[in-house]
Amino acid sequence: MRERARLVFWALLVAALALLPPVVGALQEPFYVELVRRVMIFAIAAASLNLILGYGGLVSFGHAAYLGIGGYAVGILSFYGMDSGWLQWPVAVGASALVALAIGAVSIRASGMYFIMITLAFTQMLYYLGISIEEFGGDDGMRIKARSQFSGLIDLADPVASYYLVLVLMFATIYLVHRIAQSRFGMVLRAAKSNERRSRALGFAPYRYRLVAFTIAGALCGLAGALLANHTSFITPEFMHWTRSGEIMFMVILGGIATSAGPLLGALALLVAETLLSGWTEHWQVILGPLLILSVLFFRDGLAGVLPGARDE
Amino acid sequence: MNDMLLEVRGLSKSFGALRACDNINFDMHEGETHAVIGPNGAGKTTFISQLSGDLRPDSGTIRFAGENVTPLQAPARAQKGFARSFQITSIYREFTALDNVALAIQAHAGHSFRFWRPARSDPALREPARRYLDEVSLGERASALAANLSHGEQRQLEVAMALATKPRLLLLDEPVAGMGTEESQRMVKLLGSLKGRQTMILVEHDMDAVFSLADRISVLVYGRIIATGTPQEIRANPEVRRAYLGEDA
Repeated sequence: MRERARLVFWALLVAALALLPPVVGALQEPFYVELVRRVMIFAIAAASLNLILGYGGLVSFGHAAYLGIGGYAVGILSFYGMDSGWLQWPVAVGASALVALAIGAVSIRASGMYFIMITLAFTQMLYYLGISIEEFGGDDGMRIKARSQFSGLIDLADPVASYYLVLVLMFATIYLVHRIAQSRFGMVLRAAKSNERRSRALGFAPYRYRLVAFTIAGALCGLAGALLANHTSFITPEFMHWTRSGEIMFMVILGGIATSAGPLLGALALLVAETLLSGWTEHWQVILGPLLILSVLFFRDGLAGVLPGARDE
Repeated sequence: MNDMLLEVRGLSKSFGALRACDNINFDMHEGETHAVIGPNGAGKTTFISQLSGDLRPDSGTIRFAGENVTPLQAPARAQKGFARSFQITSIYREFTALDNVALAIQAHAGHSFRFWRPARSDPALREPARRYLDEVSLGERASALAANLSHGEQRQLEVAMALATKPRLLLLDEPVAGMGTEESQRMVKLLGSLKGRQTMILVEHDMDAVFSLADRISVLVYGRIIATGTPQEIRANPEVRRAYLGEDA
């Protein structure tokens, strides 16, 4: 019964997102393709954060760093005339993984509030680095002249084609994180979150597993950064601003921590609410803030906890 | 004799001015059940925690199966064959009983950098885990959340997890503490069934349990071992009677 509810939920979700472009195309509302593409890019970022925050209990307040590194990898390579996505995207993912490995190696030894502050501090460093490098636009940001090229296989300037690419990558990321969470590796990660002392007494050294998870999460978020740079044709240090880290964290919490559907639901709810409210009044943040607080107070398990079929087993 | 499994020499640990363990020497044979008794605050848990690697001693050495394990941390000692239960039950509360034991199996089934196959449907973890649950008579509670088990069941689960690591030395910190009569009888019976085939250190206040299970007993008072011997010797030791068993004789 539960299994069937889950199947129906995911089938509806995939169908709704896959059918969106033709439907809004017929309605002459192409704006929604842009909006949902953005939602799905942030869902990738949130799903990657969910791996360490939701399953690993590592409250990283610096996850936007990898959005920035992924974005700047695309932007900087493009600036030097290297437009190939086959080069740009692996560099975006690889650089994000390396930086995550370095930040993780330092921060994971700390715990609680110290971990939060260290991850925040590293990301602020990268943010100010972005501001200080005038060559790549400084705090004004930089236009990307051409989107990533994939040997003519797909044209990312076509909003619908890039929508479907993002859609496929998002579901692939969600599925990958799901598999990792259920694997032996994921069980170690979740066990260490549940009771670290017990894990150590059993013979697990949680540090290594957390560091690898932190690196995977950074790499996946780097992919989201590469997608975001192509989505906006623009890179800016704002990608790495601490409020952006907070937003991604909020998506995970709002959607439902340690659930497969949560990051997507959270990204969808937050960005759609933001768009609707900001179209309605310029003081939209005053309304969104209390709404978010209420939703966290009343939906302890997030949106995935209230939607039928959205919860994992 | 050189078939000692555990040799502790000069182990000391202070917390500020408090000498929780004071120059402890302690030996154990393979297969022995050794009880450590003593009044509250005598340093029993501090002693166990230094053996398991949860606490670092100020000085002294711990040799295990001939190897100096003093510098090793808890996970490395667990891999060498230490397993422990805690005075306050330490389990994975939001996992099922079976998950808990399966994790213990997994901890000793090679590295866990395996990212794809679901662990919960892996017979190499689940089947042995079921056997250990059966061994502590929790087989019927396999799919219950650990948090929802009774206190006694949680303690049994913790013992099952420790056993599932196939330890060479099992450290039990007050396994029957806080249990009702029936629960505690069940635990004593379980420990009795392990006796002889499982080397154990048993920290316990329940004297019936201690005297029925232990091959040897060490008495710890104010961080020092004041006597070690068979249950009969300990019962007859005047110093022990004065310091601990509370008799004027």
